[in-house]
Amino acid sequence: MFTLETGSGFWNPIIWIGVIFIALLIAYVIRGFGRRDYKRDTEQTKPFLSGNVEPDKELVHLRAKNLYWGFKETLKGYYEILRKIHNGMVSDYVLWFVIIMCILFIVMGVL
Amino acid sequence: MVDIIDVLLTHGPALIIAVPLFGAFLTPLISRLNDKARNIFVIAVMGLTEFIVLLLAYDIFTTNGVHTYTFGSKQPLLTLPSGYLVPVRIIFEIDGLSIFMGIIAVTLALVASIYSWSFMRKEDGLDKYYTLLLLLTTGMLGMVSTGDMFNFFVFLEITSIASAALVAFRVNKGESQEAAFKYIVLSSIGALFVLFAVAILYGQYDALNIATLANRIRYTFLDKVALVLLVASLGMKAGIVPMHMWLPDAYGEAPASVTIAIVAATQASLYALIRMCFTLYGGITSVATIGWILIILAMASIFIGVTMALLQSDFKRMIAYAAVAEIGYMVLGIGVGLALLFSRTPYSVKAIQGGIFHIINDALDVGLLFLVAGAVFYATKERLLDRLGGLARNMRYSTIFFIIGALAVAGMPPMNGFASKLLIYESTYQVSPILAVVAILASILLLAVMVKIFHSAFMGPPLVKAADVPKTMLIAMAILAALIIFFGLFPNIVVENMVKPAADALINQATYISQVLGGV
Repeated sequence: MFTLETGSGFWNPIIWIGVIFIALLIAYVIRGFGRRDYKRDTEQTKPFLSGNVEPDKELVHLRAKNLYWGFKETLKGYYEILRKIHNGMVSDYVLWFVIIMCILFIVMGVL
Repeated sequence: MVDIIDVLLTHGPALIIAVPLFGAFLTPLISRLNDKARNIFVIAVMGLTEFIVLLLAYDIFTTNGVHTYTFGSKQPLLTLPSGYLVPVRIIFEIDGLSIFMGIIAVTLALVASIYSWSFMRKEDGLDKYYTLLLLLTTGMLGMVSTGDMFNFFVFLEITSIASAALVAFRVNKGESQEAAFKYIVLSSIGALFVLFAVAILYGQYDALNIATLANRIRYTFLDKVALVLLVASLGMKAGIVPMHMWLPDAYGEAPASVTIAIVAATQASLYALIRMCFTLYGGITSVATIGWILIILAMASIFIGVTMALLQSDFKRMIAYAAVAEIGYMVLGIGVGLALLFSRTPYSVKAIQGGIFHIINDALDVGLLFLVAGAVFYATKERLLDRLGGLARNMRYSTIFFIIGALAVAGMPPMNGFASKLLIYESTYQVSPILAVVAILASILLLAVMVKIFHSAFMGPPLVKAADVPKTMLIAMAILAALIIFFGLFPNIVVENMVKPAADALINQATYISQVLGGV
């Protein structure tokens, strides 16, 4: 009832949830072996930012445009091509339709 | 009671069109009474249509049969009156796949009408809005139900015109008008080529009925031309890369309640593409070539869709590009199944099942995300992620719904998207391991897209004032979220009872022909 046969294997979400629960339980037990001299909300819990003072969390927010900067920078050439294609011109949209139709005509042996 | 159900089952194929169509024409009149009466009426009409669709679905899925309905005939169940060799009237032919798509269309339309109650409350011209929404529902249900090629073109046009008008609904926004203009231009061009293909087939075989055409088709030069025209036009309407560019504009600029209805309309076009390939041309081995082309276009859709989504900073456009990638996954499953259709290997069937299962999962997941985007816009009047932040503090329910939708779209277990993608990955792996690996990596990128939205809009300090949205909007989102969780936890129930009958209906072309034409 719960098992989906996928051809080469199977998928059972109930078993998966059970496994995740056990994994979390093991993680919790391991956490119990942690240092006992840990003191919450003291100097030892503050992050070290190369000597800089940690700014107030309410004042820090990484904006969407800055996220995945490295990824976008690495793929700059690829994104330039995509930007040129997505130019918002409806005539170019139609052109892509015509191009695909021509390719299909050639592949299917019409042309 | 039994008599009523029998009548509904007999006339169901006609009623699922007649009820929303009649409702569409009555809406402006009821709107004159008051707004509340109109909203209740529209939801009731959608609910009644959903009930009839589900009743038909139960009958079709349990019997694996085809429901036919001949319009204008004294005996609507008789497709071939005595003395006739071919069906001459318009016939609705509803099999497992048709009703599967019908469930998606009417469910999203019902959810859209519930959501609209509060979401569209402050807008003017709502009598026209609801009329168009009901007409769009009529068009979609007609597209997936009809067995007549010309009638299909008519419903395609109804869907396109209603969709374009709804995209342009916010007349004070230039972007909406531009998106609607692009949508209607491309839809009209696509529909004209569909009409051209219909004319080619009619000219050769003197028939418009799909089953009759499938029985007679000889794959002549002109048939090849018609196949190419149908695949290209319907592929464009389905938003397959590189013919997808209208989609982020239309999805992004339409009101959220309209967007989820257009998601269903896009899927209706994908259904038509599948129907033409598998049923109309299903007996011809060359159609496998189309399967390979679909695989290539699907991989392009997945990769370009997800990488473009990563680049966006507009909430709705991001989800729109994610939707392009999701279309790629559906087409990948269908393409693998079509390419291997004649080998009849077990994984070709699994690929088709995965593709079909992903259609309904995508409708729910992407639909929910668009509704959350609409809720964020309703609460903040902002769409740009750079200006949003900390919404989780004040929009708790919407945040939970976003997390559910985001995990499902990204194909994270135990959500529904994972189950259908797993079927697609495994079957694609049999064709090419590289394709399967790229598809999996793209799914991880989809998760990155969702993390970007979640971090920017919902986490961090509150940058905009916001309160959670009205109850009707939350109910609409809750319906989709509940279905996502159910489909995720019990995928086998959905696959066995809905997806398999739909896939079987698609694969067994001979059964379709014989059930419609009675063994001609």
